Amino acid sequence: MLAKFTSFILLGLVRLLTGAQARWHGCPPKAEQRIYFANHQSHVDLVLIWAALPSELRSITRPIAAKDYWTASRFKKWLTSAVFNAIYVDRVRTKDAAGVEQDPLEPLVDALQSGDSIILFPEGTRGHLPEPQSFKAGLFNLAVQFPQVVLVPTWIHNVQRVMPKGEVIPVPVLCSVTFGTPMQVAPGEERWAFLDRARLNVIALRDV
Amino acid sequence: MNQFLRALSGSQQVAALFFLVFGVLSLASAALLLVSLREREDGAFKAAFGSDLTDLRRLLRHSWLMVATFWLGWVLGGWFAISVFGLVAFFALREFITLSPTHRSDHRSLILAFFVVLPVQFWLAGGRHFDLFTVFIPVYVFLALPLVGALADDPHRFLERNAKMQWGIMVCVYGTSHVPALVRLEIPGYADKSAFLVFFLVLVVQTCMLVQHLAARKLQRSPYAPHISQSFNWTSWAMGVAAGGLAGGLLAGITPFKPGQALAMALIACVAGTAGHLVMKALKRDRGITHWGTEGQSITGASGLLDRVDALCFAAPIFFHSVRWFFSL
Repeated sequence: MLAKFTSFILLGLVRLLTGAQARWHGCPPKAEQRIYFANHQSHVDLVLIWAALPSELRSITRPIAAKDYWTASRFKKWLTSAVFNAIYVDRVRTKDAAGVEQDPLEPLVDALQSGDSIILFPEGTRGHLPEPQSFKAGLFNLAVQFPQVVLVPTWIHNVQRVMPKGEVIPVPVLCSVTFGTPMQVAPGEERWAFLDRARLNVIALRDV
Repeated sequence: MNQFLRALSGSQQVAALFFLVFGVLSLASAALLLVSLREREDGAFKAAFGSDLTDLRRLLRHSWLMVATFWLGWVLGGWFAISVFGLVAFFALREFITLSPTHRSDHRSLILAFFVVLPVQFWLAGGRHFDLFTVFIPVYVFLALPLVGALADDPHRFLERNAKMQWGIMVCVYGTSHVPALVRLEIPGYADKSAFLVFFLVLVVQTCMLVQHLAARKLQRSPYAPHISQSFNWTSWAMGVAAGGLAGGLLAGITPFKPGQALAMALIACVAGTAGHLVMKALKRDRGITHWGTEGQSITGASGLLDRVDALCFAAPIFFHSVRWFFSL
């Protein structure tokens, strides 16, 4: 109940500040299992994509949240788990009790296996340059492991202006989220070739 | 008819006016619906007709929205009207800032502009603190903003960044805030009727813009400043201003002015409005765009609100201060 109310308020707030406009350029909003992968410039990215998706898709799409940032306070933790239904990912590799290195992709694999769509930021960290950094291998591994899941490149525009690194109060600036044409791993395609192609597909959406 | 209208109280007259405007809009919408229902045979004509129809439909939708906003502001009165226009200023400034790229060191100045300057300005209008209302932005804010900018410790394009911010505030906040301020003016012997002044201003300026636009299309004169505007020339400008002034003179009955005075006031508003429109065009050209929003297609998602209100943003302060000076309020 409280989570519903918060998401309603938050949605209104995000729209008031940024417009959170979704532009479907290569695919329609459709309830199929998808991996949206996007450029990452701010912690607000996650909130923006969440707000830009239509409500039917919002409930079946789970964003990936950096564990160290989004579980730092009880409020942030509650927000990401109850409102965004996020999947936490460790940005540093940790070892479990037995000393075995944990696979950081494991929670994502679980979510995909249970049929959810996910929102992924393959750069791993927030960039501050106009173009995204090179993508990490996680996207490729998931794409190979789940060939039936549709991969949608996504460009988030302007969000770094809403809340630059280190600021706490957001300012109103119109933002948009552009969803591009779905792509696939070509037969026999190398990991880095695919990741480069994926990155270029994301960048290409900047100017459509 | 005239006798009957005069017998009504101020707010009843305003209500009658809204009744009239909504009636006209309903008729226009109904007519458009009927026209769009008719079957068209000729292909090329059909396409041209269709795009004309889309334009008309958009214009009508904007008109509905605008009138509804005014109506809501009037019905709920006082502070609500102030908030509605505050929201318009907020959206306009959001659009302006989106399209004039700011730097990350402007963040604090932007917070100041959106969350302090804007509410304070509208609060001043609502509370009828007109002396401070007039100088708050041009004096205090314009000195405070560069200070906040300087404290951000970034000399890169400092003057340019500040100019953008100040100009945005001037047009979107200062200009817009004078529309509700007009409603708050207490003109002797004109109680409850100051909503008419807003109607007068909007109608006169819109008439002027429309006539200027149509005249420019019909006459095909060479533009005076082609790099800024392909349509602006002095002949059509003069025709627009004259039409606006004439409309103002005819509307004298709903204003506290005599016909001659109403004509003069309308001319002032029209000159300011057309000038403002041209200046905003120059700003848009500087940013390399022709419209503030391209109907949801732009990457920013800007809706083009500034396109609708730019003339009013310039006309409102000048009209407001002329009225104030005229009645020595």
